[in-house]
Amino acid sequence: MNAICGISPEMHLEVTMLFEEYGRLLDADRLEDWTTLFLPDCLYEIISRENVEQNLPLSLMLCDSRDMLDDRVYSLREANVFNIHYDCHIIGPVRVTAQDGMWTATAAYSLFQSIQAGETRLFSVGRYHAELKRVDGVLRIAKMRVLVDTGAILTLLATPI
Amino acid sequence: MTAPAGADALSRYTFPAADCSRIPYGMYRDPDVFELEQERIFRGPIWNYLALEAEIPNPGDYRLIEVGDTPVIVNRARDGSLHALVNRCSHRGAEVQRNLHGNTKVHTCCYHQWSFDLTGKLIGVPFQKGIKGVGGLPADFDKACHNLQRLRVETMNGAIFGTFCEETPPLEEYLGPVFTHQVKRLFHKPVKVLGYQRQRIFGNWKLYTDNLRDPNHGGLLHMFQITFGIARLSGTGGARVDADGKHNLSWAAQGGRTDQDGASDGGYAGTDRGDMNIKLKDPSLLRYYKEFPDNLTLAVTSLFANAALQQIGNTLAVRQLRPRSADEFEIVSTFFGYEDDDEAMTRHRLRKANLAGPAGLVSMEDGEAVELVHRAIVRDMDKHSIVEFGGRGPVTDQENLISDVPMRGFWIYYCKLMGIRAGETA
Repeated sequence: MNAICGISPEMHLEVTMLFEEYGRLLDADRLEDWTTLFLPDCLYEIISRENVEQNLPLSLMLCDSRDMLDDRVYSLREANVFNIHYDCHIIGPVRVTAQDGMWTATAAYSLFQSIQAGETRLFSVGRYHAELKRVDGVLRIAKMRVLVDTGAILTLLATPI
Repeated sequence: MTAPAGADALSRYTFPAADCSRIPYGMYRDPDVFELEQERIFRGPIWNYLALEAEIPNPGDYRLIEVGDTPVIVNRARDGSLHALVNRCSHRGAEVQRNLHGNTKVHTCCYHQWSFDLTGKLIGVPFQKGIKGVGGLPADFDKACHNLQRLRVETMNGAIFGTFCEETPPLEEYLGPVFTHQVKRLFHKPVKVLGYQRQRIFGNWKLYTDNLRDPNHGGLLHMFQITFGIARLSGTGGARVDADGKHNLSWAAQGGRTDQDGASDGGYAGTDRGDMNIKLKDPSLLRYYKEFPDNLTLAVTSLFANAALQQIGNTLAVRQLRPRSADEFEIVSTFFGYEDDDEAMTRHRLRKANLAGPAGLVSMEDGEAVELVHRAIVRDMDKHSIVEFGGRGPVTDQENLISDVPMRGFWIYYCKLMGIRAGETA
């Protein structure tokens, strides 16, 4: 047992694998599969450090249900026009704590974007703050807040972080 | 007097039509043009949008912004008066205030500790007289001659504007009746700031002001509303301009005509776009709670040259355009609601913010469109883009959305301030 946060190595591994899956599905542009990692009444939010530190509630992206998340993905597929790019998420070590059946997990990330001609830029850095819940034996995301340090969005923010 | 930097740049390009229905690419790419714009546009006889009073409600409150590419402090002095000061120490030219926002009694430069009060007056110079008569500034050094550079400031319903130029007419005159109404409409009661969004776009700032004055692209590039059957180009909407044509209101209203032309393709023939009649799983995002006396559901007011006031349904914001170079600009959007919003309305506005900004379901494409143009016009700078939707000639109000006439209004006024004679040579 980890004395600091009461998390077993097995639990830690399970959360780590969920984060790996999260980044892998985004990078593979499997957005429809990515949304299945979330619970039906989930919250997914991308918010800037600038707003968080001023206690301002405005997000860059806010979906307060799986339906809304699905709509966002559907819109990207069918309606929106955005810069053609490939994502590469580098997700750092995950810190996990548990309380009353709810697991919280935090991790830093870097997100690189590459264009068709193979040029890469660092698109965004920040931290994931997740609340996870086991439902029917499977660990799922109840809440995912992406706190971005890169609040000045380069060009536009289409695909999720 | 020497000619301003870049003055000869203007002779490189030709506006073949007096109505600005042709715009030479070079105006978007030439760094010398950008230099000249800083003097003649952003420091010229215009009012720049600075900030909202709601962002600096208390004496001592300040925020850092930019006017053109000049760093500026906007703050409220002890007596409640508002001031805009160039954020550059009169000593060595360093940034005086380094925090993006805060509350202070004085602005002190960290370099040599010169300090300025909230009106920009130089009040403290350490070791001005040296130590025991040794060192220090000359005896005739006059602090009163070394204040921070000030902008002239005017406010309207809590929106703060500033100008560098003595000749700029009073704000209300500059806005004209239509745009005075638009500012007062959006700020008809005290606002509550909900937060900021920032977007860096790697293109020329005027491609963005063009885009704001081009209602025609709305239903062709931004397909969210079309795809999900919310709005279409053939719906009720249009554009209004002021007497100069420099400001623009793009509007759409609920009710009224739809598909007036009766075309079954809604005008989208020959494209792969059109009404797909697809439904959102959670359509609550699209709900509009009427909150203005008129029927406008979309009102985007572009003020020459650095601001746009935005009502997209119940999503309210003011965007400040900050040009960085000929090839890059930032848009800083301040989203707000009203002080008397209840919790449910605030929640609704925050959810609806999904439609606007850099990740906006309706608006994200603007960043891409600007960059697509900026990249492709790298050469052939004296070739032109075409601005003819809605016709040529005088710039007037438009009663439909299939128009980019207001774009020409911007350019005609721009040419006037820049000293460009459009249409003189072909």
